[in-house]
Amino acid sequence: MADYQNLFTAVQVTGPLHHGIEQKNALSPRTGEPWLWHLAGRLGNAQIGPFYLGGLGIMSVMFGTFAFVTIGFNMLASVQWDPVQFVRQLLWLSLDPPAPGNGLGLAPLNQGGWWQIAGTSLTISILLWWANVYRRARALGLGTHVAWAFAAAIWLFLVLGLFRPVLMGTWGESVPFGIFSHLDWTAAFSLRYGNLFYNPFHALSIAFLYGSVLLFAMHGGTILAVGRYGGEREIEQIIDRGTATERAALFWRWTMGFNATMESIHRWAWWFAVLCPLTGGIGILLTGTVVDNWYLWAVKHGVAPPYPQVWGPIVDPATLQGAKP
Amino acid sequence: MGMLTFEKKYRVRGGTLVGGDLFDFWIGPFYVGFFGVTTVFFAFLGTALILWGASQGPTWNVWQINIAPPDLSYGLRMAPLLQGGLWQLITVCAIGAFASWALREVEICRKLGMGYHVPFAFSIAIFAYVTLNVIRPVLMGAWGHGFPYGIFAHLDWVSNVGYQYLHFHYNPAHMLAITFFFTTTLALSMHGGLVLSATNPPKGEVVKTPDHEDTYFRDLIGYSVGTLGIHRLGLFLALAAVLFSALCIVISGPFWSRGWPEWWSWWLNMPIWH
Repeated sequence: MADYQNLFTAVQVTGPLHHGIEQKNALSPRTGEPWLWHLAGRLGNAQIGPFYLGGLGIMSVMFGTFAFVTIGFNMLASVQWDPVQFVRQLLWLSLDPPAPGNGLGLAPLNQGGWWQIAGTSLTISILLWWANVYRRARALGLGTHVAWAFAAAIWLFLVLGLFRPVLMGTWGESVPFGIFSHLDWTAAFSLRYGNLFYNPFHALSIAFLYGSVLLFAMHGGTILAVGRYGGEREIEQIIDRGTATERAALFWRWTMGFNATMESIHRWAWWFAVLCPLTGGIGILLTGTVVDNWYLWAVKHGVAPPYPQVWGPIVDPATLQGAKP
Repeated sequence: MGMLTFEKKYRVRGGTLVGGDLFDFWIGPFYVGFFGVTTVFFAFLGTALILWGASQGPTWNVWQINIAPPDLSYGLRMAPLLQGGLWQLITVCAIGAFASWALREVEICRKLGMGYHVPFAFSIAIFAYVTLNVIRPVLMGAWGHGFPYGIFAHLDWVSNVGYQYLHFHYNPAHMLAITFFFTTTLALSMHGGLVLSATNPPKGEVVKTPDHEDTYFRDLIGYSVGTLGIHRLGLFLALAAVLFSALCIVISGPFWSRGWPEWWSWWLNMPIWH
């Protein structure tokens, strides 16, 4: 009656630890002796490490740490170096970009200059990490699909902090570093440009965001549900279809009349996840540069209804008798 | 027939929850079952009500068609059809169709000897819908608090309800929900990308193994959750996103009626700061 539903690993089998596939043209060895963590093994693999840092990884972590620390010290300075107030107000603290009037030049350090330094450093860190993700795939003889998915996220990051500010002609358009401050930026951005819900690319981005969550629930659930037939051995199932794939496919075919294959479900997954930041970035890039008010845009294209005329016709004072031209 | 090459041997009798053999057959690729019949009943009725409602409305513009819930003055009573009664009936049909669909999935799971993860996950999504259009309106005392059925109408609802609480991004459950949404999408891109990269290596390379997959993520971040674990993690992240979404809206109104930025003052006013 009470079946095991493949939620957690009940019995952990421990064997020799894996030190990683041999690298091609290895520039540096892997770091750290792998070890087992029982709790992680309840959900997935118990093995932690080893990892590969390499030159790109080290540089990326250095630039990233510099950006993080720059942001942190600016926040600390903004509360007069009081550590208690730093913790108390952490969610409210912010490192802001230069004010809108200052164009695209370099700003004085405490008027956005630190933001420019932190942003540049963070951008370099992220691009180096992208190269690391790409190079690791090549070193193991893998395709570079993960790197290109990462590139889609970087596109959105660069649109927000580089491409759109440059097109608008001021760094003041970009996003501050801070918890509540970036949320404030998001709300203000939507209000300023006539409600982003009327931006069709924003709508697409949300559809792909929700679609990704739906897909992962469907895919994760399906694979777990055929776990008793070895469904999680996906590569094997792609090359040589077994009963796990057949049942998984038939489940969806019988449910909704259509099914993916063990390989194509991962293509659906990749595209949904990638299109989320891709379309989102397009939507942001068009906002303020091409379209000033998404609500009026939607009214113009017959998508949104115009506001109802509730106050009756207003007479233009200039047309009244006695008005001076 | 629309059958896959391997399909015939899987099309067996049994596994139904109710009705025995009564509707135990397929139409084209679709399994029917008792709950297939109820799904079709509720879905057709609900769709017909939406179409009839649209015909009584001012526009056939698909973006602007709107079936709104009753005015707040109706409270939790039934409203006349064109004053929100349609919305009430359509909500009943939607819940009926969603629940039927979930139970039909259970029957299909039983036929195929599969676990119940997918219908369970779907029931979480149904729960979120019921939270929005039944639980929260009941807690608030009026069906008028539900969201309207229309493409831009429901976006306007989200926008307006968000600003009723001044700035919805400050809702802590909303923060967690969004974080889970983003994290799920990140994890999905990495899982999809990893499997594709192992099965579609560069030209001239052989297809790679789960050991390669594990090595790749251990090289990058020091941990690979593994082929089984990633599906548990993905399902957990996705369900957490939906559950926190339901939580963030059900606390807005019934349990917190001021601006969400104000909610955080408990943190600023804790005695430990003095």
